[in-house]
Amino acid sequence: MSIFVDDDTRVVVQGITGGEGKFHAGQMIEYGTNVVAGAVPGKGGQEVAGVPVYDTVDEAVEAENADASVIFVPPAFAGDAIFEALDTDLDLAVAITEGIPTQDMAKVNKRLGETDTRLLGPNCPGIITPGEAKLGILPGNIFSDGNVGLVSRSGTLTYQVVDNLTERGIGQTTAIGIGGDPIIGTSFVDALEAFEADDETDAVVMCGEIGGEDEEQAAKFIGEYMDTPVTGFIAGRTAPPGKRMGHAGAIVSGSGTGTAQSKIDALNHAGVPVGDTPEEVADHVEDFL
Amino acid sequence: MKLHEHQAKTIFADAGIPVPDSRLATTVEEALDAVDEIGYPAAIKAQVHVGGRGKAGGIKIATDRDEAEQYAEEILGMDLKGYTVDSVLVEAGVDFVDELYVGVTMDRGEGEPVLMVSTEGGVNIEEVAEENPDAIAREHVDPAFGLHPYQARKVVYEAGVDADVALDVASILSTLYDLYEDSDASEIEVNPVMITGDRDVIAADAVMNIDEDALFRQPDLAEMAEASYEDDLERKAGEYGFDYVRLSGNVGIIGNGAGLVMTTLDLVDYYGGKPANFLDIGGGAKAERVTQALDMVFSDPNVDSVVFNIFGGITRGDEVAKGINEALAEFDEIPKPVVVRLAGTNAEEGMEILNTDLIEVEETLEAAVQRAVKNAEEVTQ
Repeated sequence: MSIFVDDDTRVVVQGITGGEGKFHAGQMIEYGTNVVAGAVPGKGGQEVAGVPVYDTVDEAVEAENADASVIFVPPAFAGDAIFEALDTDLDLAVAITEGIPTQDMAKVNKRLGETDTRLLGPNCPGIITPGEAKLGILPGNIFSDGNVGLVSRSGTLTYQVVDNLTERGIGQTTAIGIGGDPIIGTSFVDALEAFEADDETDAVVMCGEIGGEDEEQAAKFIGEYMDTPVTGFIAGRTAPPGKRMGHAGAIVSGSGTGTAQSKIDALNHAGVPVGDTPEEVADHVEDFL
Repeated sequence: MKLHEHQAKTIFADAGIPVPDSRLATTVEEALDAVDEIGYPAAIKAQVHVGGRGKAGGIKIATDRDEAEQYAEEILGMDLKGYTVDSVLVEAGVDFVDELYVGVTMDRGEGEPVLMVSTEGGVNIEEVAEENPDAIAREHVDPAFGLHPYQARKVVYEAGVDADVALDVASILSTLYDLYEDSDASEIEVNPVMITGDRDVIAADAVMNIDEDALFRQPDLAEMAEASYEDDLERKAGEYGFDYVRLSGNVGIIGNGAGLVMTTLDLVDYYGGKPANFLDIGGGAKAERVTQALDMVFSDPNVDSVVFNIFGGITRGDEVAKGINEALAEFDEIPKPVVVRLAGTNAEEGMEILNTDLIEVEETLEAAVQRAVKNAEEVTQ
């Protein structure tokens, strides 16, 4: 079992003719993902990474029965690309693009509320169900099949934690990067809810970071609704207020909201142990299993 | 990206928002010329990106030429919370009877812009928000549609702004929302809006932050932002295109991916050290990027030791190691001890290739950080 993607997922890659799109479409296919099409305006009729390219997502869905999209479109056009995915009624759209203007994402977010499509990201590494499918840029070879669900705002931090788990022989059901932007589609709560409903997932790791209040909401959700044990990690304890720590969303406001401490306190209050180091997170997971 | 008060006020004035008469001065002479033109009382305001400038001594009101000279001398060149004041805004004093707060910002939780108005202006609005949240009226705006004019009026009335100036304040708020949208701002704030005895409404301060991710379509603002770097290293990082934040410690940090770099900072602190910076070199680790990153940390005089942590995912560890070796060859000497840790795909192969004559190598993140902290301690002893 897994959440959101499996070996039945049929993927269209938006922006497949660009450098990143082409490279990662190849990587996804190599991993075994069912990539069925690309979509790039003006490039219809071409073939990239062995799959046909269409001018629109709509055509790709019509012709190849795609039900998910991965978006590798430059920031200036990525908002539009997400709208295209949402308006085509896909089940899932994964936006990898980093640097989409926040006001574009606010407009996307508004539409998102009116559709049934799940959006992952933007500014995320994507999602992987080990051995079945990966949609995004995660390095497939570090993941292994297992019973731990992982949800994180950051790519490389996810890899670090996975590495620590792998050393102990612990694999994953699904690992999800939800993205480091201030406005994102799928939230921690959405992912936790899906892991809670998944029979195979016996423990969950959530890696949060400073900024916003998603982790606090996640803590509340865990306390009220989850039986599956969760452990957490929060990055950015040493971040000064008002400074953007790489991710556009990773910023502690001047008023002191979005601090690491408030998130750690909220998680602890909900009974979620938070590791001081990635290694400690793996310790907690081991205790759960 | 934060604009300076004088930059934001120029934008406000161009958009038709009333602001006090003002001149920018970088020397005492220029400041005196400015007050001669503007008259008294005149405010002399430090132009640095620091909140609470007034309390910190960065804003003074001069009532005559002697005072103006004295304050300009005091403020120009002063150190304000770590920033050197290079310029002051000399501004006509406003004889006000009332102060308001108005602002537009993005409510992340809702994913929508929000208008905010409070009659408790002129003080730290964060404190107001904390102690008396009801004193701030809020109105969310549909980002796809934009602002309905009634919404600006509604929030102003709801805040309890005096009826005789309410429509003028609403008009300013409407203009601020237009600016927010047109300039891809992440935040616009006027604190205070002053109400004069003649019931004029004037924007006496101006905070305007621009979404860095939108600068590609805001060329004029990008130019202003360029001019508003306050730290040479931050300027250099801007040129290299790195995500960089300077901190006050002595352990330099280079890594890839925001979350992992933040974690490395946190671990430096956890093991008793003090992080000197956040530096994310992004995906891969091409020799050129590594050279630039090392140049950044080596040219920070506060840095005594460096930890370099790369998780190779798609980019393999051996490729990363080659990049690091090539980069190290660019330097005549390695001026500060560097601890490298590679993880992920082909990490072991990468570690074997690394030129350990020039750098130290550790296998785990925890060990690498501890060693860098120890190196820094040895330098400072």
